[in-house]
This record gives sequence, C-alpha cells and structure tokens, in this order.
Amino acid sequence: MAQKTYRDAVREALREEMLRDKCVLIMGEEVGVWGGTYAVTRGFYDEFGGRRILDTPIAEEAIVGTAVGAAMGGLRPVAELMTINFSLVAMDQIVNNVAKIHAMFGSQARVPLVIRVPAGWGQLAATHSQSLEAWFAHVPGLLVVMPATPYDAKGLLKAAIRSDNPVMFIEHARLYGVKGEVPDGEYTLPIGVSDIKRPGRDVTIVSYSRMLHVALGAAEELAKTGIECEVIDLRTLRPLDMARVYASVEKTHRALIVEEDWMTCGMGAEIAARIGRDRFDSLDVPVERMGQVEVPMPYAKNLEELMFPDEKSVAQKVREMVA
Amino acid sequence: MATNVIMPSLGFDMTEGRLARWLKNEGDPVGKGQEIAEIETEKATVEIEAPAQGILAQIIVHAGETVPVGTVIAVIVGTGEKVEAVSAPAPPPPAPPAQAPAPEAGDGGAAPPGARVRVSPVARKMAEDAGLDLSRVKGTGPGGRVLERDVQAAIAAGPAPTPPGVPSGPAPGATVPLNRMRKAIARRMTESKAAAPHFYVTVEINMDDAMKVREQLNALAPETERISVNDLVVAAAARTLARFPVLNASYREENLEMHPRVDIGIAVALEDGLIPPVLRDADKKPLRRIAAESRALTERARANKLRSDDLGGGTFTVSNLGMFDVDEFIAIINPPEAAILAVGAVTLRPVAVLGEVRIASMMKATLSVDHRVADGAQAGRFVQEFKKLLENPVNLLADQADPPPGTGQKDGRE
Repeated sequence: MAQKTYRDAVREALREEMLRDKCVLIMGEEVGVWGGTYAVTRGFYDEFGGRRILDTPIAEEAIVGTAVGAAMGGLRPVAELMTINFSLVAMDQIVNNVAKIHAMFGSQARVPLVIRVPAGWGQLAATHSQSLEAWFAHVPGLLVVMPATPYDAKGLLKAAIRSDNPVMFIEHARLYGVKGEVPDGEYTLPIGVSDIKRPGRDVTIVSYSRMLHVALGAAEELAKTGIECEVIDLRTLRPLDMARVYASVEKTHRALIVEEDWMTCGMGAEIAARIGRDRFDSLDVPVERMGQVEVPMPYAKNLEELMFPDEKSVAQKVREMVA
Repeated sequence: MATNVIMPSLGFDMTEGRLARWLKNEGDPVGKGQEIAEIETEKATVEIEAPAQGILAQIIVHAGETVPVGTVIAVIVGTGEKVEAVSAPAPPPPAPPAQAPAPEAGDGGAAPPGARVRVSPVARKMAEDAGLDLSRVKGTGPGGRVLERDVQAAIAAGPAPTPPGVPSGPAPGATVPLNRMRKAIARRMTESKAAAPHFYVTVEINMDDAMKVREQLNALAPETERISVNDLVVAAAARTLARFPVLNASYREENLEMHPRVDIGIAVALEDGLIPPVLRDADKKPLRRIAAESRALTERARANKLRSDDLGGGTFTVSNLGMFDVDEFIAIINPPEAAILAVGAVTLRPVAVLGEVRIASMMKATLSVDHRVADGAQAGRFVQEFKKLLENPVNLLADQADPPPGTGQKDGRE
C-alpha cells in the first residue's frame, strides 16, 4: 500500500470528489491561485478553473454564509477556513445557519456543506494556536470529524462531502506532513465510528487528531515495560461513538482521555461523564484526562512545548493509573 | 407518578418482614430494578428492588421495624415530582443535610478515620458477585482504596481458614438465642412432621455412566462451568417430576394444588442454618444452565445475598449430603411441597452386574413423600424413572440443546 502524507490524502479526497461530482466546489482564502495556505489545493485552480475553485475575501462569515446558500441551492461546497481560530468570526453562520437550517425548514432545505479547517500551533501565539473542536461538538445539527491519520482523513473527507448533513472537518496543521498507508482507489469511511488503533488489556487511552500519535507513542514506550494500552481513535467527535470505548473499559477497567484542547468542558469531560454513568461498575480507578494547560498560549517556543501532554507525561499518567 | 414500594411476600407462608437496612437514602435517585433495601424474613436476608425509576422520596418503614406483607415501606416519585399522600402519612422529612464535601479525588490522602471503605466500582461488583465481604479485603490503591486486584487476590486466597477438624459453632455450655432462621426451621420442620404423614422410598443408583458423562462434559468446560453430581440429580429429578406431576403438588384442605412449573429448591447449608433457594423451571433447562444457576444460587445463599425471587415458591426440594460422605439419609418435607429427595455420596461399592461382582459408583437417594398427596406405588414409579435417567444419562442431555453461550445468564445490568 502506498505511503502518503495527510496533506496528499486530503488533496486526493477533494480531487476525487470534484471529478466524481460536478456539484462539488471549493471556496476559501488563497485556495485558488496560491494553492491553499497549507498547499492542500495546489494545482486545483489550473485543473478545475475559477468557477469551482473560488478565492474569497478575508471574511469568514461571508465564506460560510455564501457556502450555506450554495448548499441550500443544490451544490456541495467545501468551504476552507484558514485556521480554526478564524472560525470564531463565522460562528453565527456555523451555529445558527449551518447547524439549524435543515431542522428549522422541516427538511425542505438541506445544507450538504463541508467546512474544512485546520487546528494546530507552532509559535503562532495565543490567538492563532487554539483547538476549539469542543465548541462545535457542542452543537446539535453538526457532524464533527477530526481525523488523525492519512487513511482516515481521506476516507472520512469523501464521506463528509457525500453527506447531506453539514460537517465540520477539522484537520491539524502539524499532521499535514505525517505519512501513512493510503490505498490507491476508491473508499470511504463511516462518520461516527471510532477505531481501535492499538489493542491492549491494561489501560484504555481515548484520543483523536494529533494527540492520537502522542498516545500511540506512549503506548509503544509502555509496552516495553509490560503495560499494554488500548488506544482508541474517536475520529468523529459528534456524534460520539462510545461503543468501542465501553467495550475497552469493560476489559481494562481504566480510562484516560488525551486531548489537545483545554480540558474544561472539553471532549474529555464529555467522555469521562459518559463512562462514569454507563460503565460505572467497570471502573477500577477514576477516569483521567490530559489536555492543554489552561492559559493563553505563550509565543516562546520553550513555554509552548510545556503546554501539551507528550509521550513522556502520558506514559507517566498511565503508570500512575496501573500502580 | 408516585410508586409505592411494598413489603413483598417471599413465600407461601410469609406474613411479615423486618426492614433490615436501607441501601438508599431519601432523596437518592433509584433505577428500576436497583436494590434499595434489605429485608429479613424468617428464611433469609433478601434485597428488594425498586419497582420504578425515580427518586426515593420517602422512607416510611425504617430499619429495624417489622411490618406485615403488603405494607407500603417507601415511595418513589419521578424526578421533579412531590410525594403524594400515602397510606401511612408522615410529615415530609426535611431535605437531608448537606454532606461535608468529600476530599478532592486524586489527592492520594488516606481515608479519614471512620470513613467508609473506599472501593473501586469494579472491585465492589466483583466482590458482590463472589459473595466476598469487602471489610476483610485490604486495599492497596490510593488512600487504601480496594482495587480489582485486591478482590482478585482475596478470592484466590479463598475463605478465611478454620482450624481443621474443629466444627464451627457456639461454645460448649453457652445458651444461644435462636436467630430468625433457626426459629423458622424449628417451626416449619415441626409443622411438617406433625401435619404431613411422611413415608419413604429408597433407591440405589449405579452412577458409572453418569460419572463418565460428567467427566466428559467437564473435560471441555472451564473450571467455573463444571457440572456437579448434584446438578445431574437436580436435572434428573426435575425431568422426572415433569413426567410424574403428582409429586409436583401441594396438599390443601379438600384439594390438591398441581403446580404448573417445576421449581426445584436446592438445600444449601449455611453457617447458622439451611436455606433452599429455588431453581425455576428446572425441567426445561439444559444441564449446563442448571449448573450455572445452581452455582449462582449457592454463592448468593452463602453470601447472604439472595434476591427476593430466589426464594419461595419451590415445588420440590433436593437435599444432598454427599459431600459429608453420608451414604444415605431421610429428609423432612419442606412444606407445602409434597416431597423431598435426600441424596447421599457416590461411593465405589461391589455390585452384581450380569452375574458378576463388579465395582461400581453407587449412590443412594431417599424420597420422602407426603402421603396425603401420593401413595407408595406413585413414589416407586418416580424413583424408578429417576434412577433410569441417571443410569442412562445421555437422556439428560438429549432433550434440550444448550443455548448459545452468554444467553440466559445475564445479570440484568447493561
């Protein structure tokens, strides 16, 4: 199977869907002539032309609003927001229109829209380094997908474009260069289904996006000392697929959630609450969470590196849980 | 809508019950089927389940009180509802006082003196299932919390050892007040012997084939799913009863009450008494299921954790003293049942087989029968059929297919 980067996997998904369905179009800042801020749509402008690859003004509310109208009119737009931080400007469109129109118009209107947006960080300071996925996972009417691997990114993006429901498709700036196996040829993956990325018997680690790789690294390290972690990739944050998590906790009796976002009111809080309610009798230690230090992100590189769980701290937390 | 919780009847003859302990406090949320209180009957301590989901709004009968069957002991209301008037009105209690804040989770500090034993949920469930007393398990988790591994170690270590050869019991010379169970046994056995004219038939059964079948079944089964001789006896007795329903009956004034189901009581010896939890529909259940349920019933009985539906309503009892090397004995009928089967040990004995003396695994069983219900010939036909089944044990396996693993043995929790 071919090794491809996350960026190439996303690009392949977009290109295949554009070739498959003439209703698919892409709009966003610098997506056309420049080829995308993260070079995902490089070459698309030449291949598909300015009517399907639309460079927009720097106005996120307008990007999403235009995309909503296009979607209601029968097209399948993929709107790209440069980073998740700028989605805040479009929050009214996303929360009040994208998520609700289908229900408010009694299914007479649909919004088959994908909003592609990278989370991530890297000396971008407080206002440009946020995660915020929990904000969207909070909203009924949205599907929120946050893939961690090239294989999942491609299969899930294709499924998102074909979905008649609006999908927040959250990528990660620091994953675009990550390589993984991606088969040649057509496939899609179901939205709303989590995936066991590594089986184990001692501790369940629930994660997604970049933190999945941190969790897998920690699991690899722990395996050398005989501690076997089961690492679950949520892949979709709304709706949450808890079935695999529950089955795993029944086996391990210990759950750790690792996220890149702040923990307060975050994905980990939701998952911990569900485990506590639905699998109370399976727990041997309290459900644990790890996430970003809850302060605005510092610019200094040495401080920035202290903000997130890493393989070492995750492994340490797991050791405490099995002690 | 408010739902009343009533003192249940746990048997033909139960008239009152003592509220031993509330497992929930007023104001606690309860799920339907969740155990909310323990009641003590003459026979045992059993747990009562909530008949509805909601909030345990009012406790009417408090721990230590004895009330007639059918008395409303508590009221459950839906979330957000108020308690309606109940049969025994009491002023609505003040809201429970706010509890002192629990220490932050994860502080790792030791439990303060007098605090309840800290137990992880999975350890608690595992201990419950095994009938293990958690107060005797030493916790190795943070603050002395009892963890899964502690319970596993305690189960592996087995029950606290008693000095060999010394039977447990009260000290010589002491006067020991009768507990409720002892009193009930005294009263019921006296009543049974006085009211029911007993007669007895004994049969000797060649268990060679039954032991072989059991060995074959157990060779392919994990330790925890092994089939005991008593399981074979229960299965054979239940299937025989289904064919001779006259012994699956109760004598009533002027009438015989023929029971529609075959529910076998299995006499379980306890430290301070005897209890027959009931295996329902034993004639219809495959052998492995009988073994599993029998094991669960025995474990719950020994842990004093029998549920209300484990007791009462038996239609026939099997009592087995084989584990004490008893060859044969005669049992007293457990009223209002019509008969009881007393089973001795399987021992190697010389027997005549086809004109030759051979060594065979033999077992004696004595049926005690209420003569008001049945006569000697009927009892004879019963034990003949019972013997035939055990001597041709393939018949115990042939009539039902075992259900696929995992079915029928759910504990109701999801």
